[in-house]
Amino acid sequence: MKVLVPVKRVIDYNVKVRVKSDQTGVDLANVKMSMNPFDEISVEEAVRMKEAGTATEVVAVSIGPQQAQETIRTALAMGADRGILIKTDDDVEPLGVAKLLAKVVEEESPDLVILGKQAIDDDSNQTGQMLGALLGWPQGTFASEVKAEGGKVSVTREVDGGLQTVALEGPAIVTTDLRLNEPRYASLPNIMKAKKKPIDMKEPGDYGVDISPRLTVVKVTEPPVREAGEKVEDVATLVEKLKTAGAV
Amino acid sequence: MAVLVIADHDNAALSDATAKTVTAAKTFGGDVDVLVAGKGAGDVAAAAAGIDGVRKVLHADGEAYEKQLAEAMEALIVPMMDGYDALFAPATTMGKNVTPRIAAKLDVMQLSDIIGIEGQDTFVRPIYAGNAIMTVKSADAKKVVTVRGTAFDAAGTGGSAAVETVDAPAGPFKAAFVSEEIVESDRPELTAAKRIVSGGRALGSAEEFERLMNPLADKLGAAVGASRAAVDAGYAPNDYQVGQTGKIVAPELYIAVGISGAIQHLAGMKDSKIIVAINKDEEAPIFQVADYGLVADLFNAVPELTDAL
Repeated sequence: MKVLVPVKRVIDYNVKVRVKSDQTGVDLANVKMSMNPFDEISVEEAVRMKEAGTATEVVAVSIGPQQAQETIRTALAMGADRGILIKTDDDVEPLGVAKLLAKVVEEESPDLVILGKQAIDDDSNQTGQMLGALLGWPQGTFASEVKAEGGKVSVTREVDGGLQTVALEGPAIVTTDLRLNEPRYASLPNIMKAKKKPIDMKEPGDYGVDISPRLTVVKVTEPPVREAGEKVEDVATLVEKLKTAGAV
Repeated sequence: MAVLVIADHDNAALSDATAKTVTAAKTFGGDVDVLVAGKGAGDVAAAAAGIDGVRKVLHADGEAYEKQLAEAMEALIVPMMDGYDALFAPATTMGKNVTPRIAAKLDVMQLSDIIGIEGQDTFVRPIYAGNAIMTVKSADAKKVVTVRGTAFDAAGTGGSAAVETVDAPAGPFKAAFVSEEIVESDRPELTAAKRIVSGGRALGSAEEFERLMNPLADKLGAAVGASRAAVDAGYAPNDYQVGQTGKIVAPELYIAVGISGAIQHLAGMKDSKIIVAINKDEEAPIFQVADYGLVADLFNAVPELTDAL
């Protein structure tokens, strides 16, 4: 079984983002960038499938600037076999990403595509589902457990109120949620090995799909700031304050 | 102009999120129809017909719609969109799962988790876990939108829309429901609760989480939430999770116990009306958003608070 894992380069999870004063976006200059945390979970899941003998090859694909190659190298260091970089300096919206990925799927014919459920920059939570629709494949989104065998994929999903298990006829789409696994840190020898793994360099033009943006950003602003209130001495004072405020 | 709203329900009851989505759809403008797709969900269709401002309810009934799986919902809704200018769904796990498939089929770039509408092509939505707010204009002919429930009031009741039965494709589809484990609880649902008590990693174990948080919740008639750290550590189930990757809540009272206040957590609760923080670290970022902060050992303060209420 072949597994395709799309990975996105985003502002590191721990960085406090700053909105630009001209309201055109957030400041990306000199900010630490990393692999989207949900995509790390996807890579980990695919690599575990390979280690368990259910997957034969894991291919990491990224759409982004030249530096997104580093994100692919991270996936390779975690255990992916090879990479594909579709190089572009433009922002590609989830619909455009899904269209490009659909073409990559046509070329690569994977049995499973594992994506993060959302990227922590635009928080869209769309790409996996869109790819499923474009390919006519079933999906198991927000996965906390994935079992693939004999062309069938069983996915346990995190849904409002609990868990839901669905059975998918492969090939299929899976999007990952937090509890699926804990991604490994790549070891130094594996980081060295990853440098020798191949990355195919592509451009959006190679795929012949329309990825022109549909959305125009009018402005990006700071969220309203919530003022800190007061510290209270003890539980009794707290209860009194809450009673006065009509909250209890 | 007409908007189709996808109802979120469990075949027995309509979720509060649906009435909030109807409000957003009314703000967008035009006639608002609600689609109830389910199995034996006649009561839900009747409830949807009672939402104020709904023109009609479309009721699709079939085995394949019992769990509103995305593949069946796509087959049902895509052809219906010929008659609509926009599709609105609540940003629940149902809405998040279903709508992007329809958007892709319509060749539309979806707008996720909107918190404001500034015209028929301009929407406001949070990005970067709510650390930035983006106003964005869509050039697509049809709009596909998911709506953040905390940003819109629920539409009232008292309507009497007609319920129309619609044919639903029976499949087969490539995805099938197998089983579910839905947590049975007498407590209110997290996103609809007026009061929430939420626990963090400082509680130290699942046992302590339950021992301290549940009595406080019961005393207040509150829902129980948790930080991602507490969920990751296994102290609380994932559907308790409040934050960027969990649920977005805005209750009248939010009590954060042993939660430091990482930005991802704040993203999920900072619109609460009154925030109380109990934490022994007085430098914890949660105090920067709390109306009332108590610097104390939670193992003493929480039982004391439960007793005092």
